[in-house]
Amino acid sequence: MLEKAFSGGRTYWSWITWLALLCIAGFLCYLSQLRDGLAVTGMGRSVSWGLYIANFTFFVGVAASAVCVVLPYYLHDVKAFGKITVLGEFLAVSAVVMSILFIFVDLGQPARVLNIILYPSPRSLLFWDMIVLSGYLFLNLVTGWFTLDAEYKGEQPLPWVRPLIKVSIPWAVSIHTVTAFIYAGLAGRPFWLSALLAPRFLASAFASGPALLIITALAMRRFARFDVGREAIDKVAVIVTYALATMLFFFLVEVFTVFYGAIPEETIHYRFLLFGLDKNYSLVPWAWGWIVLAAGAFVILVTRRRNERGLVVACVAVFIAMWIDKGLGLLVPGFVPSPVGEVTTYTPTVREVLITAGIWGVGGLFMTVLFKTVIAVKKAGASTQAP
Amino acid sequence: MYTKGLGIAVLALFLVPATLPLWYDAAAGRARTAPPKLELPAGKKACIEATDYMSRYHRELLARWQESVVREGRRTYVAADGKAYTMSLTKTCLGCHTDKAHFCDRCHDYLKVEPACWRCHVVPPKEGT
Amino acid sequence: MKLGRREFLRAMLGAAGACLGGRILGPALASGVPSVPVTGQARKRRWVMLVDTAACDKGGCSDCIEACHRVHNVPALPDEKERIAWIRSLPYGQVLPDERAPLVRDNLGRRSVLALCNHCENPPCVPVCPTKATFRRDDGIVMMDYHRCIGCRYCMAACPFGARSFNWRDPRPFIKEINPGFPTRTQGVVEKCNFCEERIAKGQMPACVEACTEKGLSFFDLNDPAPLNRNTLESRYFVVRRPALGTGPSVFYLVR
Repeated sequence: MLEKAFSGGRTYWSWITWLALLCIAGFLCYLSQLRDGLAVTGMGRSVSWGLYIANFTFFVGVAASAVCVVLPYYLHDVKAFGKITVLGEFLAVSAVVMSILFIFVDLGQPARVLNIILYPSPRSLLFWDMIVLSGYLFLNLVTGWFTLDAEYKGEQPLPWVRPLIKVSIPWAVSIHTVTAFIYAGLAGRPFWLSALLAPRFLASAFASGPALLIITALAMRRFARFDVGREAIDKVAVIVTYALATMLFFFLVEVFTVFYGAIPEETIHYRFLLFGLDKNYSLVPWAWGWIVLAAGAFVILVTRRRNERGLVVACVAVFIAMWIDKGLGLLVPGFVPSPVGEVTTYTPTVREVLITAGIWGVGGLFMTVLFKTVIAVKKAGASTQAP
Repeated sequence: MYTKGLGIAVLALFLVPATLPLWYDAAAGRARTAPPKLELPAGKKACIEATDYMSRYHRELLARWQESVVREGRRTYVAADGKAYTMSLTKTCLGCHTDKAHFCDRCHDYLKVEPACWRCHVVPPKEGT
Repeated sequence: MKLGRREFLRAMLGAAGACLGGRILGPALASGVPSVPVTGQARKRRWVMLVDTAACDKGGCSDCIEACHRVHNVPALPDEKERIAWIRSLPYGQVLPDERAPLVRDNLGRRSVLALCNHCENPPCVPVCPTKATFRRDDGIVMMDYHRCIGCRYCMAACPFGARSFNWRDPRPFIKEINPGFPTRTQGVVEKCNFCEERIAKGQMPACVEACTEKGLSFFDLNDPAPLNRNTLESRYFVVRRPALGTGPSVFYLVR
């Protein structure tokens, strides 16, 4: 089935080439990071996690969001999702691969990564994160592949596929909850120590992942002449709208609790994020930027969801806004000010951005190859069906 | 995709690098070198264990020392002959084997291995340097 | 009701799974941090350090920091971002932010106070380590195993005191004079104060305590039936950093 990804037009191959170049650039920069250490990044003693972990957090969310199409299709028989579900599963595969790579490039001693398995530490959330991410990758790869394979052969999938899909539904929630618990259990970081962090993560994931799915579906309709169906896109857009509304509500709840309760060690991080601290305004434009983007996207989604151009603009805005909020908007204010009150600016370096872009390239390649296979199988299936 | 010629070509292309260790030196005209001679420290009669044991198991010994010192706080090693030594690469091992270049490095360079130990554990400067 | 073979196997599998799950989840959810016993000690020790903030400020020096960093091969990195410090001297309000009474703040706000790893009784950095590279010993010292550390820096995120530093690059070129009596660290691992456990093992005082000319630092075993400073600890008012977090620090600050 995979051979279908090797046949394509000029647009397809130039897209693949561009992604491959991105991967190579990222890889070369990573070699320099291995040699010179993580000093090549913009991270430091205060902000000890940066762009890599920000992207890791965000893409675990995108991976978890596959549940937004899998659950309705398999548990509630929403037939409109017939074409989009396996795409959601393969989006999850690509996103999990990216997340794992982001953790890997962030390690100071990556050759020792197997120590997590050799010396299991069940009290550490990173241990559980490795388990749930590996399991989720396996689940989605296997269920997506064998469902597609069965369709390719014109058969029903084997009986073991459906129980695995049902397991992948709560598993999707678990991967992002475990990721949120990495942050939410740290008593020394009041910006993250909130019971609402995991629900907030899920809400923003269910807004950003399906938004990416819509953008990709519309791109496939344009470039590959493959249509997942109007109804599918409409329904997914509704999911994005409700998830975005929930996410914005959760954010307002956090802001109220922090500012009305007015405990200094809690407000100081939000003040740094939204209004600047000690004349350091580095995050302020990013914070208000994502708030405006998210609010604007919400308005468009509520009023102009059926207008395709409006939908694309809104989805792009949602994706960018959620990336900022869950990425730099989560990491940096958690670290600034430091436990001893230091206010620092975090600026990713060129090499750090290129390594990040390289991993985006890897995810893009996974998505492209898998989606191309899906398109080819579904198109072949459609042409053999009796009119 | 299933042409016989292509398959054979790919297989041959794989076998060449896979068998490299067997023919590369001969092809480059390099004779097989004898194992290196190690310079033992002057005036010292024996190591903490027998030479044969040390040459085979010094890595495992050091790994056990590392676990014992760092994770158990236990620093005294009792050798097979009952003598007690401090578990320390720098102080005990390099305390006698002061010339790393003519001892440790000889075998390591011959086998092209780079023990990560030296990144952290200090090699004391030789006397007179 | 007859129990068929399949039902029996399912039940056994379920029970085994529950036991295994319990064995894994049990320790994960247990409160308190398990500690590693130290062999060869006559009685269980409990190391604590007292910092006399008045003596420290009077000295106005950094002898303790220099001694510690010299003995332990701590590199001197020029970039503030990459700086590694096992012990730092910081303003009072930053080290002891919970001491907020106005008089205290104005009088003592500018005083310099030493900040180092507190070797907590319930260290937040220990459970988060995915490889147990950082662990707590029975005698109270929170240790680092530099051989096992994968450099994920989760412990740095978890520490409420900012006590940990990471080797963003190879430290060796930045060590003025390497002390052959102690290893260096390598690129990509986290490091911090170790309460001079290698010196304690030889019956010595920590380097910082020994270096202080103002006698501002003291270090002793709380379990010692006849300690030098236990009376001081019980008769004077000592504060610890961030007490409300419940980490149980072993470093006590005398504020006078």
